[in-house]
Amino acid sequence: MKLKTTLVAATAAVAVSAAAQGATLDDVKAKGFIQCGVSTGLAGFAFTDSNGNWDGFDVTFCRATAAAVLGDANAIKFTPTTGKTRFTALASGEIDVLYRNTTWTLSRDVDLKFDFLGVNYYDGQGFMIRKDMGVASATDLNDATVCIQTGTTTELNLADFFRANNMNYDPVPIETNAEAQQKYLANACDVYTTDASGLAATRATFENPGDHIVLPEIISKEPLGPLVRHGDNAWGDIVRWVMNALIIAEEKGITAANVDSMASASTKDPEVKRLLGVEGNYGEMLGLAPDWAIHAIKTGGNYGEIFEKYIGENTAIGLSRGLNQLWTKGGILYAPPFR
Amino acid sequence: MKERLSVAFVAERQIPPAPPPAKTGGVVGWLRENLFSGIFNTVATLLSFAFVAYVLASVVPWLFLDSVWNASSLQECRKIDDGACLAVINERFLQFVFGFYPDGLRWRPVLAFALMFIAIWPALFASAPRKLLIFTGLYPLLAYWLIWGGSFWGPVGVLAGPVLGWACVRWLPGLMRGWLDERLVFLAAVGVGLLATVLWWLFGVTVFDDTLSAVLAVDLDSVESARLGGFLLSTIIGVSGIVGSLPVGIVLALGRQSNLLIIKACCVGFIEFIRGVPLITLLFVAWLLLAYFLPPGTEFDLILRVVIMVTAFASAYMAEVIRGGLAALPVGQYEAADSLGLDYWKSMQLIILPQALKVSIPGIVNTFIGLFKDTTLVIVIGLLDPVGLLQPIRADQNWNGIVWELYGFIALFFFIFCFAMSRYSMHLERNLDVGHR
Ligand SMILES: N[C@@H](CCC(=O)N[C@@H](CS)C(=O)NCC(=O)O)C(=O)O
Repeated sequence: MKLKTTLVAATAAVAVSAAAQGATLDDVKAKGFIQCGVSTGLAGFAFTDSNGNWDGFDVTFCRATAAAVLGDANAIKFTPTTGKTRFTALASGEIDVLYRNTTWTLSRDVDLKFDFLGVNYYDGQGFMIRKDMGVASATDLNDATVCIQTGTTTELNLADFFRANNMNYDPVPIETNAEAQQKYLANACDVYTTDASGLAATRATFENPGDHIVLPEIISKEPLGPLVRHGDNAWGDIVRWVMNALIIAEEKGITAANVDSMASASTKDPEVKRLLGVEGNYGEMLGLAPDWAIHAIKTGGNYGEIFEKYIGENTAIGLSRGLNQLWTKGGILYAPPFR
Repeated sequence: MKERLSVAFVAERQIPPAPPPAKTGGVVGWLRENLFSGIFNTVATLLSFAFVAYVLASVVPWLFLDSVWNASSLQECRKIDDGACLAVINERFLQFVFGFYPDGLRWRPVLAFALMFIAIWPALFASAPRKLLIFTGLYPLLAYWLIWGGSFWGPVGVLAGPVLGWACVRWLPGLMRGWLDERLVFLAAVGVGLLATVLWWLFGVTVFDDTLSAVLAVDLDSVESARLGGFLLSTIIGVSGIVGSLPVGIVLALGRQSNLLIIKACCVGFIEFIRGVPLITLLFVAWLLLAYFLPPGTEFDLILRVVIMVTAFASAYMAEVIRGGLAALPVGQYEAADSLGLDYWKSMQLIILPQALKVSIPGIVNTFIGLFKDTTLVIVIGLLDPVGLLQPIRADQNWNGIVWELYGFIALFFFIFCFAMSRYSMHLERNLDVGHR
């Protein structure tokens, strides 16, 4: 607890001085790469491929940002962060943007002095247990030992949930997702709780995923999205609109494969023309090249393509789009108009 | 002719020595003495054998007979055979060794690693040619240049700093003599030397580098720190920490015993402060807080910061180990050194330290090994050592769910390093014959 207070105090102190620096875009252009904070390894979201390159859902958003800003999806330096170190890393300027399954909350936005730029995954907290425990609902979990990642919102939700239901639990605090897996599989805890997407990802990594179930209850809202430091709005705008561009691209049916032909004026849709820099000077407004969105989309495709490739139903993780479907198809993914 | 004897039998020749009874000699004897002497030991022996056999019976087939070396995912491995899926190590081996180091440049760290053995040879073994020590002294700069690349003149410029400082200490006293009080001369020279070094590092090195590069550019592609990882990273941090902590530790230990109040207070303060703080906190400071104490815009390499912190940490422990060695020497040794008329440095160098260090060898190596294993903590500050690399590798869909193979592989690496160190320490102890027999 004490460590946490110290960390938060340090974060705040650091945030004040870092905010004064501003002008991240100039820094990034001068350095020639973006510093992106990701998780220390979460299946589907951030991992290394066989060539030793970072890859994954969150990682691709980082790469798209780098592609939009610098024209090169590899002009990027990844820093793996844990639940506890991520905010300090961002505040101190070790990273320029954090894409790490991070929930947008009031205190993080206001008190820790960050700007959340939207949501790239609507999530909620769930519980995973061993099937042979014979529990069907989270309300039957009285006196369970629960593995929980420190420094996360899930830690607080858990306390709220058990208190509201008059139940007791034994927390087993852990640092990273990998450690949680080990503890859970070694029966050091009955329950592992975190974002439902994380549970699905973790479960997919088990030798026998069938022996474990995710309980039906979702006990919180976890809108996960990118964040930057307070006080550098120009940079925040860029990260926000790269993400929006990928969502709009899905709405408009622009994919990694057809973006070039779409841009070469075969399209009549004015919004697509604006997005791809054929019309207007939207890139200039952001301080970027006119074809920034083309670079971003070429990195890993539009939002839907990225989703399907890394965490969608055809992957081992097998998440359905659910809330993360476009608003036109029954989800709540809704990007502001591009004009 | 034989005389009559009053006794019944006299041996006329010596009975040839018979081999000891089969029960007590040879293999059987050894077994009886060492493994089966008494009921308790027999039972213990049998149980241990059973245990070892049990472990081997499951490990050997898993690791050797049924293991899979070629597959592109865990599922494929499981389809081929049910032993260890070593294919993951096969596929990720280079990543474990080099982290994200650029493909075409990997010969550089390899060369640096190979040269390291030449550099440490004269330091470790008395039989090596002494001339090599010059190479040992230059090696850190060479290794830095090979691994990080950039202009060759940068490291040379950095080296020039201490040389400049040393020159001040060597020649300034002579120049200052008539002007200053005799006792102050040396102190002043040291002060000027330190100042000159720091100023040179702050301002001189860049100019030096630029000028010489303009004349003759010797450049390697530079590689940022973020690309270093895996065993390369552990080795860099571990080896620099080990090499740095011994001299610093010696100085601190001597400082702690010093009669000069300020020096003593500084050393005690440093040692107690560092020992009172967990390494993880120091790393955190190096990562995030140090940036606020440095002038804005200074590029201070993260790995360099970590190396400094790790060295400081190990030095504090080293100082205490060596202090133990110093305390173990009888007072007579100090008095003997004094009575020979040796000054402080000479007596330390010739009489006290050789003995104190000899006594401290096990403790010193203990600290080295601890330090080497502590390098895995750098994961908290976002550097990917082998253990840190493991998580993103396991998060790859192809290798979801793989555990033992990877952890075992890393354990093997650390074991080899640490075992080598402990063997070397035993070799050294034997050669120097530490026991006060
Ligand atoms: N959304 C929550 C929890 C985020 C979190 O820690 N998620 C876990 C599992 S879903 C994770 O990303 N772990 C990766 C790691 O340990 O690096 C928050 O922002 O506090």
